[in-house]
Amino acid sequence: MAARSSASPPAGVTGWFANQVANLGQFAMDWVTGVGDVAVFAIQTIGWIFARRQRRDVLLPNFYQIGVMSLPVVALTGLFIGMVLAVQSYAQFKALGLQTRLGSVINLSLVRELGPVLAATMLAGRVGSAMAAELGTMRVTEQIDALESMGANPIYYLVVPRFLGCLILIPSLTVMADFMGVLGGYFYSHVLLGIDYHHYWANSREYVDVFDFLLGIFKTLFFGAAIALVSCHHGFHCEPGAEGVGRAATNAFVHSFVLILILDLFLGIWLNNVHDFFRPEGPRKLL
Amino acid sequence: MPAAAPAKPRRPDEPAGPLLRVDSLHVRFGSQEVLRDISIDLEPGRTLVILGESGCGKTVLLKSMIGLIRPTRGDVQFEGRSLAGLNDRSLAHLRTRYGFVFQGAALFDSLTILDNIAFPLREHTRIPDAEVRTIVESLLDEVGLPRSVLPKKPVQLSGGMRKRAGLARALALDPQLVLYDEPTTGLDPIMSDVINELIIRVRGRPYVTSVVVTHDMHTARKVADRVIMLYPVFRLRPDEPQVVFDGTVEELDRSRDPRIRQFVEGRAGARLMELREEQARDHEIQAESTATADADADTLEGEADA
Repeated sequence: MAARSSASPPAGVTGWFANQVANLGQFAMDWVTGVGDVAVFAIQTIGWIFARRQRRDVLLPNFYQIGVMSLPVVALTGLFIGMVLAVQSYAQFKALGLQTRLGSVINLSLVRELGPVLAATMLAGRVGSAMAAELGTMRVTEQIDALESMGANPIYYLVVPRFLGCLILIPSLTVMADFMGVLGGYFYSHVLLGIDYHHYWANSREYVDVFDFLLGIFKTLFFGAAIALVSCHHGFHCEPGAEGVGRAATNAFVHSFVLILILDLFLGIWLNNVHDFFRPEGPRKLL
Repeated sequence: MPAAAPAKPRRPDEPAGPLLRVDSLHVRFGSQEVLRDISIDLEPGRTLVILGESGCGKTVLLKSMIGLIRPTRGDVQFEGRSLAGLNDRSLAHLRTRYGFVFQGAALFDSLTILDNIAFPLREHTRIPDAEVRTIVESLLDEVGLPRSVLPKKPVQLSGGMRKRAGLARALALDPQLVLYDEPTTGLDPIMSDVINELIIRVRGRPYVTSVVVTHDMHTARKVADRVIMLYPVFRLRPDEPQVVFDGTVEELDRSRDPRIRQFVEGRAGARLMELREEQARDHEIQAESTATADADADTLEGEADA
């Protein structure tokens, strides 16, 4: 015991504090290494997009999985979020006697923020986790090694089609989320709350313009790229066993989601500056 | 190099010297040393069997031979060209001259058997689809699989059929060097023997050299021209070589080295004692860590009270 104690860190509060500092240092090192790894992975992926022509028979099944299969869940989410926005905003607007302005708030929130972020979140949950689990299983069962052993590049075959699928199809999914959200908001406001449809749409048209819509779509390109890269990276670096695959799938969603929120904040700030540049008069006031 | 089988003629375009040279290979994963100073010259047309207990680094050595694992030190040369000196494109091109049969077959789950076997042909040649199908069918015949498996997915096949489909895929580009990773593991004795016969059949192809990693003595006796036995690094003294045997199967059977005898005869021997000692040590560590945690908690409480 004496020999063991001499090799151990100091006991008590000092020892506890030393351990925390060491853990923090390890966490920081792991984080920096992880970010570097994903950056190299991203550069290799982008390189392979241009290095070789993409194969239709590889692209189409991925596009189908990412785009077509995600459509129902994205549409459903958009529909309900539109209705929830109407439910939550109605009381406040009614108190001010501005019920007819409800459409402008619902639709502006949807096309600028909620549509893109929710479409991306659903994509991260449905497709990101599945990609990490699938590639993780391929890693564990040596299928990725098999690709390499046959002189094929795993990034070209496995990552590029998923990356392009997310990048190209997330705008379409966002359009669907926006559309269904607008529809849901209108349905609840007009049919259930009895707001006059003419004023509802007139106000919406006045306060929501094409720039707002395009801004939301533009952001999703970054979200789609982030989801594909983070998820595929987790799959490629999956630890052995069922637990490793499960952890890769969970981490793929959690890290994609956090990255979506961080990107949303910084893109929001930057795009507001862009908006101010093109429209120095500033945003129109809702109330 | 023991002369168990007559040397095959070299390919007309093949340079003199060994087909594959492993030169002072060291592989380390973090603090764990897996391969220590391995040197092997592989003559063309021969079948080398690498024997050794689980965890001794056989598969790591096999994957290093094709460049799937980069050595910490040392070099692997194919026809005199160092794998470490090749860029990605050249290495990918060189790998078309290899065939790799993975332990679990490693067929692509999302593709049919036809697409799996045709994969290397479609990746590296411009052969029309109809001709690709003909080649795939002839490969299926060679490994003894019915054509009815072609539209099936790998999960619909038994373990032995998957292994044979994996072998067919490895042979698709008519490789010079075929690497087998535990080809009979997980198979029943009959299917194991079928796989052994297939390895012998592949050896009969002109100019084919094979490396078989296994811990199955039956396979070794049946297919080997030359046997190498690896010993786990953590059981070696610092000055001991990791290759504890290099010779023919007959020489292996005659060896008096207790490490070799234990493996060949399949005896647990002193390992049982080690197992018990390890268990006792685990219990001791567990008890010690519980006691330390209690003591730390007491100290913290004491300091808080003070």
